[in-house]
Amino acid sequence: MAAVTALSETPATSAGRPRGMQARRRRRLNAFRYVVFTVLGLFFILPLLALLRFSLEGDKLGTWSATAWRQIASYQNTGIPPLLSAIEITLELAIITCVVTLALLVPTMIWVRLRVRWLDRTIEFLCLLPLTIPAIVLVVGLGPIYNKIQHFSLSSLMLFWIYVILALPYAYRALAAALNAIDVTTLSEAARSLGASWFTVIVRVIAPNMRQGILNAVLLTWATVLGEFTIAYLLLYTNLQVELYSISRNTPNAGVLFSTSFAALLFAFVLLLILSYAGRARRGRG
Amino acid sequence: MAVAATTKTDARPSRAGHRLSAPSWVGTVPFLAYVGIFLLWPTGIVVVDAFKNPNGAWAFSNLTELGNPLIRGYFIGSFKLCVFSSVVGAVVGAILAYAVASGDPDGVVRRLYLSSSGVLGQFGGVTLAFAFLVLIGPVGLLFHASWYFDFPWGIGLIYIYFEIPLMVLVFLPAIDGLKVQWREASENLGSSAWQYWRYVGGPLLMPAFLGGTLLLFAAALSAYATIQAWENQVAYVVPQQISTALSSEVGLSNVNVADLLALGMVILMAIVMTGYALLQRRAARWLR
Repeated sequence: MAAVTALSETPATSAGRPRGMQARRRRRLNAFRYVVFTVLGLFFILPLLALLRFSLEGDKLGTWSATAWRQIASYQNTGIPPLLSAIEITLELAIITCVVTLALLVPTMIWVRLRVRWLDRTIEFLCLLPLTIPAIVLVVGLGPIYNKIQHFSLSSLMLFWIYVILALPYAYRALAAALNAIDVTTLSEAARSLGASWFTVIVRVIAPNMRQGILNAVLLTWATVLGEFTIAYLLLYTNLQVELYSISRNTPNAGVLFSTSFAALLFAFVLLLILSYAGRARRGRG
Repeated sequence: MAVAATTKTDARPSRAGHRLSAPSWVGTVPFLAYVGIFLLWPTGIVVVDAFKNPNGAWAFSNLTELGNPLIRGYFIGSFKLCVFSSVVGAVVGAILAYAVASGDPDGVVRRLYLSSSGVLGQFGGVTLAFAFLVLIGPVGLLFHASWYFDFPWGIGLIYIYFEIPLMVLVFLPAIDGLKVQWREASENLGSSAWQYWRYVGGPLLMPAFLGGTLLLFAAALSAYATIQAWENQVAYVVPQQISTALSSEVGLSNVNVADLLALGMVILMAIVMTGYALLQRRAARWLR
């Protein structure tokens, strides 16, 4: 598999060229590459290391302690809900948002691909639209809508309505890639001629073939929900990011701030790394 | 053509079925309704309310308020920050993308930088500001940068942190699309490395580079969490001022300021993203 990818992706510099003039240029290029990788590598890794170091800070500056990490489960400050409840809410929001996004998008996308081709462009446009409308703009218009929602429920879980919209572009692209990789028409014609209903075609024939895309959509949706701050904060709800922000306002140097941030980051990184590895495995096989 | 053919074959079974059934677009109604309520309606509210005064009456004169020095100041602030961070982010990102592309296409370095770019490009929000605070803030581990709280330098550096990876992701396909044959052809015709980049490589990559810069600009423009966690006492950019206008206790007289600023952002984003789409189309011409 690796060989195939290597051949198809031959970069500008590694092809066979006259050896003599190649050698000096190659040395210069390599020196340039190592400088770039080292400098930017440090730029990317240092802030993360600083965060980790501060999360392990003891009472006195320069000492080590795991207190901040143990505090994640128990931290509570006056005037704000306990940290753990904010974490729970955020995880619940992530799950609900995933379920709703998939339930909304997967059948619609398959249906459009099979029966209403002329709507394809419109659906794509609508799904990618949230990329061009910043969350801070949406929140201005959401005020009146959330006023109505709050008549029914005051729970922070109601944020999922808008989080689905935020996740749409990422979920759409993941699902569209999966949908393009399979022959939807043939699959559905085969199933239909064997007597399957449209429901069976969508849920039991095509959706299982989009497993990888669905997994990608789930991971990206999780990452979106875990990092969301703007809408929750301005609609006066509490999620993890809002909670961290309030802690930082009350006690700017609370160790728990850094341990929770780092834990959340690590979690998001793992999700996205799974995504990038799973994605490559699929491409390698195909 | 393929599309048209599929549509025809798809349409046949339903017609042959002789069953009275709803038109097939009905299946998309739940999705369209959802997007209508939670995406199009709020956007519509913003646009309409920007032209109304707080009492609900039409006031098209509101638009002149965009020229108000105070409001213009926030747009200029946003502009400064976005130009600084997106230009630096794009240049550095392009250099990194070139360094990545010129290596072994299946090597560890390329894989490492590509997957970390996917991760770090998504990294933003409150935690990113914390990370830089403990690195170069007042109690910074590395050193205390006296300019950490200076606008746009301090926050610009933080934005660059997520903009470089974004640029790598957008720009790498363009560099990978440069064909060896083009370089060989120009060398056979006697061009130097400089001439190759000046007359062949540079012009080929330029649309992708400018498009990437615009995308970074848009990302910086819409970011709010990071700058709010960086400094919440002073509003420098439009998103901060929108949030102030939304949450201020002054009451109704301010509500439409938020709508107006939001409308300004929508217009700006529309211009930037249209430019991005056009440049991407131009760039894609060579990426076959």
